[in-house]
Amino acid sequence: MKSLWRFLVAGVVLLLARRRREPRLERPEFRAGAGAELVVLGLLGVATLGAVAFAIVYFRGADTQWLGAALGVALAALGAASAVASKRLVLQDKEIEPRPELEDPAAQKELVTTVPEGVGGITRRRLLLAGAFGAVGAVTGAIALPALSLGPAAGGQLTRSPWRRGRRLVTEDGEPLPAEEIAIGTFRTAFPQDADREQIAAAVIVVRVPEDELDLPSDRRDWAPNGILAYSKICTHAGCAVSLFRYPSFAAKSPKPALVCPCHYSTFDVARAAKVLFGPAGRPLPQLPLEVDGQGYLVAAGDFSGRVGPAWWGVRRGRPT
Amino acid sequence: MRLLLVALVALAACGAAAAAGDAERGRALFRTQCSTCHGLDAKGVHDRGPSLEGVGAASADFYLSTGRMPLDQPGRQPIRSDPAFGRGQIDDLVAYIASLGPGPPIPRVDTAEGDVALGQRLFADRCAGCHQIVGRGGVVQDAFAPSLRDATPTQVAEAVRVGPYVMPAFTRAQIDDAQLASLVRYVERTQHPDDRGGWGIFEIGPVPEGMVTWLLAGALLLGVIRLLGERADE
Repeated sequence: MKSLWRFLVAGVVLLLARRRREPRLERPEFRAGAGAELVVLGLLGVATLGAVAFAIVYFRGADTQWLGAALGVALAALGAASAVASKRLVLQDKEIEPRPELEDPAAQKELVTTVPEGVGGITRRRLLLAGAFGAVGAVTGAIALPALSLGPAAGGQLTRSPWRRGRRLVTEDGEPLPAEEIAIGTFRTAFPQDADREQIAAAVIVVRVPEDELDLPSDRRDWAPNGILAYSKICTHAGCAVSLFRYPSFAAKSPKPALVCPCHYSTFDVARAAKVLFGPAGRPLPQLPLEVDGQGYLVAAGDFSGRVGPAWWGVRRGRPT
Repeated sequence: MRLLLVALVALAACGAAAAAGDAERGRALFRTQCSTCHGLDAKGVHDRGPSLEGVGAASADFYLSTGRMPLDQPGRQPIRSDPAFGRGQIDDLVAYIASLGPGPPIPRVDTAEGDVALGQRLFADRCAGCHQIVGRGGVVQDAFAPSLRDATPTQVAEAVRVGPYVMPAFTRAQIDDAQLASLVRYVERTQHPDDRGGWGIFEIGPVPEGMVTWLLAGALLLGVIRLLGERADE
């Protein structure tokens, strides 16, 4: 980082302090570029200011609307500067070489005097270059700046689970969740009591279906007291929060109960251990075994049936059985 | 706006008054109009229609006042249409269904007490996954979520408490009555959106809005290209 900064400073110093290799050709009769130069310099200045404003907004709370406006102004000014430069500062006439001498001596003389005129149109080449370098550098820096917001690395956050046997389920408000409050056809979001809710495995979705509709694998027979089931709220496809519960009013004629992820409509069969019915998810939602404690509250009876999260988090590598 | 509020309050009052119907008349009407699928005693017919015991007044009023029942063909997803019965007949039927067993009553919502901002947060959390944040409906697997454009405040509140078709029901522990008022108020807002710029573009969210932006930006870019470019010499 430090050496990069040194290179940048050295580059600017060299550019500004550089001796001109050949004396400038003075062509006072060609002044078309003088006003345009000021316009280009002004636009480059606006672009630089826009980039600086972007940095200031970024460090002062990063309001996205102002970030967008600042960067938009910077990029538009940069584009306008290059457009004006290409139209007004660069020679637009066509020249074709080599060519034979013209037969009319007067025409030949005129050609010789007019053709080189455009070449010396730029009178403040160094200033323009410095301005362009500054503006492009500032905008590039502004675009790279949000990289500071990356991280910190997730570390063990993705693999740890706060769920233990006997840990109570609580609501968003931290209240313990009575089993009888979960009515058939409703769903609740729950968290572990006295544990970090930011952990990816913390949030579960709790649903209830009639017990005779349950079709769980034989080793999970006692995981759903009174037909109350808990699954990880993190979709196994892309890690979205599973927040839709499809529950039919009339089971005989309607689609069966399912948890649905709102991002890509992965659909999980609640009664069959969250088997994937539809959508891009590759594996079922991990199930959390439940118990009802002596006071009627829901508690975990152990940890999840599998690791929480989508496959691209590496959950398949260390998947417990 | 005030007129609208008055109309809505009047509609809400209509819904609340539904319990005033006559259960005996309702039973007679039920036998002729509903019993093919729900059975003569409303206990349901296997594979045709569910039992209506304990579904409550809210459910009956929701399905009848939105024209979702009677259904042309059992098994189809009920869709909103003109009600088949008049208000008086619906009141009678609702009174009969409510007399079959304890169930959710028709909820009273006072949207004047609701908070639009809170309602939008709740709607985004609980409803927008299917109905879209603009309330214009969408799809769920094997069903579709209807548009809320024509729903009255009472009907929205009934749907929240009842959970029609494949929608889940929301109990008071999940959405209390004050939150429900805010939610309904937000739905009202989506029915009469404030179109900044004067053009709603079908009011179905960011996709058409993005398309229009692209078209405008494309036209602007063409103009810039025209300014920058030059005609090639012959």
